[in-house]
Amino acid sequence: MNALALLLGGDAALIALSLVAIVAARAERGGAFVYAAAFALCSLLLAGGLDHLLGRHAPEGLALPIGLPWIGANFRLDALSAFFVAVVDLGAAAASLYAIGHGHHERDRERVLPFFPAFLAGMNLTLLADDAYTFLVAWEFMSLASWALVMAHHRKPGAAHAGYVYILMANFGALALLLAFALLAGPAGAYTFAAMRAGVVAPGAAGLVLILALVGAGSKAGLVPLHVWLPLAHPAAPSHVSALMSGVMTKVAVYAFVRVAFDLLGPPTWWWSVLALALGGITAVMGVLYALMQHDLKRLLAYHTVENIGIIFIGLGLALAFKAFDMPSVAALALTAGLLHAFNHSLFKSLLFFGAGAVQTATGERDMGRLGGLIHRMPLTAGVFLIGCVAISALPPFNGFVSEWLTFQAILLSPQLPSWGLKILTPAVGALLALSAALAAACFVKAFGITFLGRPRTPAAERASETDRFSLAAMFAFAALCLIAGVLPGLFIDALAPAANDLVGGRMPAQIGIEWLSIAPIAESRSSYNGLLVLLFIVTSAALAAAAIHRLASDAVRRAPAWDCGFPDPSPATQYTADSFAEPIRRVFGAFAFRARTRVDMPAPGDMRPAVVVVEMRDLVWDTLYLPVVAAVGNLSRRLNRLQFLTIRQYLSIVFAALVALLLVLAAWP
Amino acid sequence: MIELAVNLVFQLLQMLLVIGLAPLLTGLVRKAKARLLRRKGPPLFQPYRDLARLARKEAVVADSASWLFRVAPYLVFASTWVAAALIPTFATGLLFSWSADLIAIIALLGSARFFLALAGLDVGTSFGGMGASREAMFASIAEPAMIVIVFSLALVAGSTQLSTVAAYMASPAVGLRVTLGMALIALVIVAVAENGRIPVDNPATHLELTMVHEAMILEYSGRHLALIELASMLKLLLYVSLIVCVFAPWGLAIADASIGDRLLGAGVYVVKLGVAGLMLAAFETSIAKMRVFRVPNFLGAALMLGFLGALLLFVSRSLK
Repeated sequence: MNALALLLGGDAALIALSLVAIVAARAERGGAFVYAAAFALCSLLLAGGLDHLLGRHAPEGLALPIGLPWIGANFRLDALSAFFVAVVDLGAAAASLYAIGHGHHERDRERVLPFFPAFLAGMNLTLLADDAYTFLVAWEFMSLASWALVMAHHRKPGAAHAGYVYILMANFGALALLLAFALLAGPAGAYTFAAMRAGVVAPGAAGLVLILALVGAGSKAGLVPLHVWLPLAHPAAPSHVSALMSGVMTKVAVYAFVRVAFDLLGPPTWWWSVLALALGGITAVMGVLYALMQHDLKRLLAYHTVENIGIIFIGLGLALAFKAFDMPSVAALALTAGLLHAFNHSLFKSLLFFGAGAVQTATGERDMGRLGGLIHRMPLTAGVFLIGCVAISALPPFNGFVSEWLTFQAILLSPQLPSWGLKILTPAVGALLALSAALAAACFVKAFGITFLGRPRTPAAERASETDRFSLAAMFAFAALCLIAGVLPGLFIDALAPAANDLVGGRMPAQIGIEWLSIAPIAESRSSYNGLLVLLFIVTSAALAAAAIHRLASDAVRRAPAWDCGFPDPSPATQYTADSFAEPIRRVFGAFAFRARTRVDMPAPGDMRPAVVVVEMRDLVWDTLYLPVVAAVGNLSRRLNRLQFLTIRQYLSIVFAALVALLLVLAAWP
Repeated sequence: MIELAVNLVFQLLQMLLVIGLAPLLTGLVRKAKARLLRRKGPPLFQPYRDLARLARKEAVVADSASWLFRVAPYLVFASTWVAAALIPTFATGLLFSWSADLIAIIALLGSARFFLALAGLDVGTSFGGMGASREAMFASIAEPAMIVIVFSLALVAGSTQLSTVAAYMASPAVGLRVTLGMALIALVIVAVAENGRIPVDNPATHLELTMVHEAMILEYSGRHLALIELASMLKLLLYVSLIVCVFAPWGLAIADASIGDRLLGAGVYVVKLGVAGLMLAAFETSIAKMRVFRVPNFLGAALMLGFLGALLLFVSRSLK
């Protein structure tokens, strides 16, 4: 049986499951049943995707007689879709496993259960679609199912607003993709991807297609300035769905961009890469700066997704640049870096959202300012959350470092590019990437330190207890994968080689055969990295130090009250909070990025007023880009509103005028 | 086989050398600073005695501290030690020098800082939080500055492998370049900031509101404090070795050199350390500490210099 039929069968089963879930949601253990079934199906789909990817099979196609009668529905599985199927279904399987335990605490189950498998099916079908019609239907199916999940707790403050902004942006993105496909299809209306691949698009139109794809896929992925819905919608959903939306659905958007820009559109022009690189660099830095300013844990994670999407697009933009100047092996390096980061991000972002969900269940809080000290009461969750934080901060020996390291290596090869614009842009993008990596580390010191360390700030944080077995199993599995992908990156790089070969016509040197399991993107004399040895060295030297000191010197420990320079403060309120931790960074970067202003109202001595500090920050993207549009739409509808209150004579004259105008247009038409 | 064994011995020697010399370098800087201020100063070997004394004392751990507080010193020490051992001190091309390139070495130091900042937050005191928060702010500029400096070095030498870079710098091919001058100034600024030296932070104070590093480790005592102190001494040695091996690679034994050459390299390295330590002491005594919110400007200058240097290379590559 071929893998594509298996995958489509699995997707059909997921859709059937979502119908079953309507009934099952009313049953006592219906939630566990639906999630367990989704877990089994996603594992099957994951196996199918991995089989195709690792078995290096030739692309498979399949046309089904469903959908529009004169085209049917075309599906295709090649190395790129197989890779993304593996990413999506790995995340989906873990989220389902997590939800078996986590979903137990859920209210309004009947609002979540039916849409969950449908959402998974929508993402999978998008990856397999091989014609524009099927692709857009699956894409919209995915958007609508996730919208329903965002709206699951629609009575909570902010959720309805989040859903509204999300559905608007999703429609806007889908419209952009629709126009992109229309341009690709050309006047003949070639809907299938095969025909688009074969067709030639005029250079001007091709540029427009790229911009539309960047807008369409970018609005789903969260590229600045199209990211505004993301930090609203992702945290509003239940935590396992947040993990899917942030960790996995954004990857489907990355897939859409890669499919259009590298596969359907033919040979690229160099300025396309300028767009992707510039947007990627800005997105990376702005995303992490936004994240640093948050004190809601889930919103911080959602904003941080924006940063990682930026890093992925930097890799993809470099790949476009190298491909445009016909340097296939370097393009393969950049593309591999981008795709590997997409995979890595799906691992640690899902893991972190699982952890945030566990914290929310245990304490009922998402505001970091009301948490603290959870490492004592949730030690296992704290441990895996810490691994996620280290991995996402791009620190060795975990996986986030590997993909950022590969991106840096690609940037270091860019002086070979013959274009002046790119020569000046790439080092700037490299500096932005380095800045975002350093800020990410600060951001996750804050996220972990304020939430899990220190003393509990509220009774809720003091009474928290460890989360359930299923949630822990999902989190441990992903933490282990973060480490494995960090110490044995060669396996994952080699697995990506067929996809890179299909898309840019070159590949990185095989990594498996290199001594000591190192990775060397170009040549060992140029650069190499060995996560396994680094891990081994750190563990050995830490163990050595511990053994030597405990044996030769002292291992006595005494517990005592905190020293704190001799003035320990009994109140946990004097600890640093999320906002005070980020204050120095806000002073350095915020004045520019957010027009941050701090006003201190200090009463005179003897005055009994409390002192007040007010921090004003503006979201410049929202204020300058979206508010004018919102205002214009409101203005226009207010004016049009007048048309509702005319007399019958006026309506008749309008109809008559419209008729005359139409006839005139027809008469003037050549 | 014998060659592997010899190489392994030299790699181990390098690890022992850095850890053995690090306290001496700190002792030298302290002594020289004291002499410049016309004080007598502590003996040269005082840091060794301090470390031994601290290690023998019992560790007092705050009631609210978690396991992370007790594990962090070992992780900080191990990451710093591994990073320091990967810098070519007396010879390039050691056995494991390829296992992490310059970017990875910077990231290893980032790991050490990450855990130290978390340890600062762990006890839940305001001083620890303040130190961690300020350290995060400094690092957010110092790290990108470091990466753009690496861009310059990597483009000049055609590799991010520190061994290859050092070997290239030692060869006559390198010549005098504007980029390298900018990179040197930037690297010195970053090194001063990363090690918490004057004018960024004052390693000699404990009770000052502007302090950063000392605030994070305020709750540590006994063997934990000894490890963290040793780690920060190693970090100073690491930055000095890095500057020396890239910008003053004279006497460095190039890969496959004879054993005699390597020993000579070790001797020259010790001399270079001594000179660098004296220069640092002179620099520190001649300027005043700056306000904490002036530091971003100071580090921003390093970032800009490094970036301009890299940009110059990116652009000039095409002129040839």
